Amino acid sequence: MKSRQASLPYALEAIDLSVVLGGRPVLEVPSLRIPDKEVLVIIGPNGSGKTTLLLSLALLLKPTSGEVFYNGQPANTTSAIFSFRRRFAVVFQEPLLLNTTAWDNVTLGLRLHGIRKEEIKSRARKWLERFGIASLAKRQVKTLSGGEAKRTSLARAFVLQPDVLFLDEPFNGLDSPTRQALTEDFENVLRETKVTTVMVTHDINEALALAHRVVVLLNGHIRQVGSPEEVFSTPADEEIASFVDAGNIMYGSVVLQSGGLASINIGKQQIEAISELEVGTEVTVLLRHHDITISLPSSEAFTSSARNRLPGRISKVLPIGAQMRVTIDCGFPLVALVTRHSWVDMGLSTGQQVVATFKASSIQVIPRLGKFS
Amino acid sequence: MDMIFQGITQAFWLLVHGDPQVLRIAWLSLLVSGAATLLSLCIGIPVGSVLGLNRFPGRRFLISLTNTGMGLPPVVVGLVVSIFLWRNGPLGILHMLYTPSAMVLAQFIISFPIVVGFTMAATQQLDPKLRLQILSLGASRVQMVWLLLREARLPLLAAVMAGFGAVISEVGASMMVGGNINGLTRVMTTAIVGENSKGDFPLAIALSVILLALVYLVNLILTIVQQQSKST
Repeated sequence: MKSRQASLPYALEAIDLSVVLGGRPVLEVPSLRIPDKEVLVIIGPNGSGKTTLLLSLALLLKPTSGEVFYNGQPANTTSAIFSFRRRFAVVFQEPLLLNTTAWDNVTLGLRLHGIRKEEIKSRARKWLERFGIASLAKRQVKTLSGGEAKRTSLARAFVLQPDVLFLDEPFNGLDSPTRQALTEDFENVLRETKVTTVMVTHDINEALALAHRVVVLLNGHIRQVGSPEEVFSTPADEEIASFVDAGNIMYGSVVLQSGGLASINIGKQQIEAISELEVGTEVTVLLRHHDITISLPSSEAFTSSARNRLPGRISKVLPIGAQMRVTIDCGFPLVALVTRHSWVDMGLSTGQQVVATFKASSIQVIPRLGKFS
Repeated sequence: MDMIFQGITQAFWLLVHGDPQVLRIAWLSLLVSGAATLLSLCIGIPVGSVLGLNRFPGRRFLISLTNTGMGLPPVVVGLVVSIFLWRNGPLGILHMLYTPSAMVLAQFIISFPIVVGFTMAATQQLDPKLRLQILSLGASRVQMVWLLLREARLPLLAAVMAGFGAVISEVGASMMVGGNINGLTRVMTTAIVGENSKGDFPLAIALSVILLALVYLVNLILTIVQQQSKST
C-alpha cells in the first residue's frame, strides 16, 4: 500500500481493473494513470468498453475486481466513493436533464452538495453565461433544442468546479453547425479551467484538438497509449490503424496569412492551406491519403490548380488490396494511396524521386491545445 | 318503463336535496377507498421503485406476481380476507370482520398490486443513465430515488388514479368483508346491489349516478395525465 501512496500526484489511477458483465469480460485494464490537469481521450469502436472504463473511473460502476484511486486514495468504501463522486462531474451523450427548468438543472448538483444559496446563484449565473444560455434559465428543458440542452448539461457539470471531468461522447447526435459552435465553446472552457478530463469520443478531430494523451481501447483492452500524434500517425498495429487511420498528421505553425490562405511551416517544408488562423498559431495538419497525387518529376510541366507540390523520395511501399500504400519522404513522411495499375504504368519503385501534389482545400488545419507539461 | 322513469326522478330529488343517507354512504365509500389507496401508495410506491430500478434474483417472479395481482378478482380477495377474519380464523382475534377496517384491508389488497405495477412501469420508462447522472451530481441513494420519482411524477399520478378507480367501483370484497350493514359498512357499490335486490331503485340509481360521476372524474384525470406524459 505504501508504494501506491507514493504514486501521487496522479489525479486518477486504476489498477488491475476488470469488469465482467453477464459472465463476459468487457474490460481488462492492468494499469491506467491520469496525471493532474491531463486531458485523456479514450477512443475505440462500439462495444470496446469505452463507456465501461469511463463509468468505472467515475466511480459510477463497481468493477468486478481492481481498484480506482483518486489523488492516491483508494475508492474502496461507500463513503469514499460518495465523497470522491462529489469531486467529479459527468456529461453523457444524452443531456439527461430533469423535467424542470434549465436553472433548476444547472443548480441541482450544487444544491445536493449543500452549497450556500448566494454562491449557487453566482456560480450558476456565471456558467449559464459562459455557455451562452443565460437567457434560457427560466425555460422548461422540454422546450430547449438539442444544442441548448447540451449546453445546459455542460453548464451543470462545470458549475460544480470538478477536479475531474468525465465526458461520454458529449457531442454525438448534434447537427454539424450546432456541434461546431458547441465544440469551440467547450474547447475554450477546457483551456481556461485546465480541469483533469477523461473523454470518450469517436471523433479524431476532437481528439487531436483536445487530447494530451489518447488511449485506444479494443475489446476491453488498452492497445495503445500515446500522444494523439503518435497514435494517429503511427498506430501500433493493423487493427488499430483500421480504426484510427486519419491520414497524414503533421505539426507546424502558421507563418503567413493572406485572406484565408495560410502558409504553414512543417519542418523545412512549407505548405499552403485554407485556414483563417493567425500567424504564429501552432497547428495540427490533416491530409487524407487519397487526396495526394503522385507524379514523376519529368511531368512537372503539367499545370495544375493544386497549390502544394512537394518533391520527395519513395521510402516504403505496402500493397493493400488493389492499392499501394506509398510513403514518400519529403523531409517528413507523407503517405499516399496509388492503384496498382498506376504504380506499374508509371514504373514507380522504392527510392525513386517523385512529386506529391495536393490542394490547399484538401488540408484540414486544427489549432493545438497548449502543450501538456 | 314507468318504474324506470319514476326511479330516475326520485333519484334526482335525492341528489338535489342532499339526502343524508345518500351522503353518508357516498362519504364512507370515499373514506374506505381513499384510505385503502393511500395505504397502497405508501407501501406500493417503494416496492414498485425497487422492482423497477433494481436487478436481483427473484425479480421476475415478483413481477409476474404483481401482474397477476393487478387482475385479482375482488370476490376472491373478499373470500380470503373473510376466512382470515372469521372468529375462528387466524386473525379472528382482531374482531375486524364486518367493519370498515376490514373493507380497507380488502381494498388495499386489490389496489396494492396495481400501484406496484404502475410505479414499476413509471420508473422503468426513465433512461437508466439518468440514475448515473443524478449520482454523479452528488446525490445519495435516497436523494436519487426521490429525484427519479419526482421525474416520473406524471405516470405515478396514473398509479394513484388506477388504484383508487379499482377500489371505489369494487363490490365483491366490500360485500363479503363489510356485509353492507346500514350506517356502518354500507358503501355505494354494496348499497346499489342491496337496494336493487330489494326493488328500491331510486336510491340505487342516485348512488349509481354519484359513482359513475366519480369514476368518470378519475378516468378523466387519468387520461389527461397520460396524454400529457406522452407529449413530453
